[in-house]
Amino acid sequence: MAQASYPDELLYHPEHDWARIDAADPALATLGITWYAQDALGEVVFFDPPAVGTTLAKDASYAEVESVKAVSDVIAPLSGEIVEVNEALSENSAMINEDPYGEGWLVKVRLSEPSERDSLMDAATYRATLAG
Amino acid sequence: MPLTLRRTALFDRHVAAGAKMVDFAGWEMPVQYEGVRQEHMAVRNSCGIFDVSHMGEIETSGPQALDLLQRLLSNDVSQILVGGAQYSVLCREDGGVLDDLFTYRLGIERYLTVTNASNHERDLEWFQAHAADFPEAQVSDGIDDWAMLAVQGPLARERVQAISDSPLPPRMSMGRRRLAGADVLVCGTGYTGEEGVELLCDPAAAPALWDEIVRRGAVPAGLGARDTLRLEVCFHLYGNDLSVERGPIEAGLGWCCKEDTRFIGAEAVRAVRAAGPAEKLVAFEIDGPGIARQGNQIVGGGVVTSGTLSPSLGRGIGMAYVPAARAATGTRLEIDVRGKMRPAVIKDKPLYRKGS
Repeated sequence: MAQASYPDELLYHPEHDWARIDAADPALATLGITWYAQDALGEVVFFDPPAVGTTLAKDASYAEVESVKAVSDVIAPLSGEIVEVNEALSENSAMINEDPYGEGWLVKVRLSEPSERDSLMDAATYRATLAG
Repeated sequence: MPLTLRRTALFDRHVAAGAKMVDFAGWEMPVQYEGVRQEHMAVRNSCGIFDVSHMGEIETSGPQALDLLQRLLSNDVSQILVGGAQYSVLCREDGGVLDDLFTYRLGIERYLTVTNASNHERDLEWFQAHAADFPEAQVSDGIDDWAMLAVQGPLARERVQAISDSPLPPRMSMGRRRLAGADVLVCGTGYTGEEGVELLCDPAAAPALWDEIVRRGAVPAGLGARDTLRLEVCFHLYGNDLSVERGPIEAGLGWCCKEDTRFIGAEAVRAVRAAGPAEKLVAFEIDGPGIARQGNQIVGGGVVTSGTLSPSLGRGIGMAYVPAARAATGTRLEIDVRGKMRPAVIKDKPLYRKGS
């Protein structure tokens, strides 16, 4: 994805992570990194997915993504327990660059504190932080 | 650290090409344009062009220029013919490495030494301090006089030859040429393991020269690809694989140390060579997923000094200092990569060879 994009239906964390709350189940969220994060990182060459069942604490690192040059922590925008990881990324981590909000999702999480979503930013607010 | 980053003569070219600019040793340099992997493969398969104008230059001239350089540089400087090039290290008295350098002989009593950006000021002070013992040697800072481009890859010489007024100097030689109308020192050297040349010219002439070589098909490549390319062929990076904490023998650079020239540090180097180093710099490949990075510890002793994903080999590679007793090719290592143990195996250098 060459152009910056921040879909309106997502929630954003200042460490450049997004969360998509499941439409049918407000305690289930899909997480990933934003266009800005993948662009800053460059081509992702390795994603080591955490195990299903791993507990996530909001604002703490739960995984690492690596580009050729650097390794970067992935910060949890919300707390919960991992129920699914994107196994396809271990074979094709470049999807994180090509489709950060779609095929490049990282994990699905059963939220332990669904109300934490209120602390996240909407797309317009997140975009404004990048402009600064 | 300077408050404002220095920019090379090609800064505007990098920005226009969409490069990601980073602070590198006080310079605002392109780390990548389209992507490290693409730029890396362009150099392996065709031709890439790098702006390496952040590298420093020290000019040494006069009747005692050779004597001074022989005292400072580890290699036998008297072996460089006019128009020749030589690699060496600069050592302290205790053998610790201050820098690794290429020296070109421009004339009978005139030499140009290329320094690493991060070490340039320290090197220059070191040269000047020791020049006091050689009154007929002059040392001058050339950092503002030269822009430096590296054109590297199997098609690099062809691309540059096409704009040159005469045949290019062969490998490990240098000569003055007119390239697309500009006066350029063409050096048959590089840092990628590919054929190619390094071009030193007046900074004012650099943008037009860059444009002409890019127009002829060279792919702009950043410092990211420069690092992955050099690591695949196990060229040292100062600050990673070389430091004042270790000597050239440990680093596998004994071949460029000629102790009989009595360079500064020669006795320390001689002693380590005779006794055998306690540790050695080895190349490794990760066996499986994962990428080791600088500073990762090796179980049982040792430390990774450079690590990346090899675009050519598709796996994690790197270099590490390990105890000499466990430095043989084929030795299995376990590397602590941020808490995960990654198996690796020591390989022969270079890690990448053409056609492998």
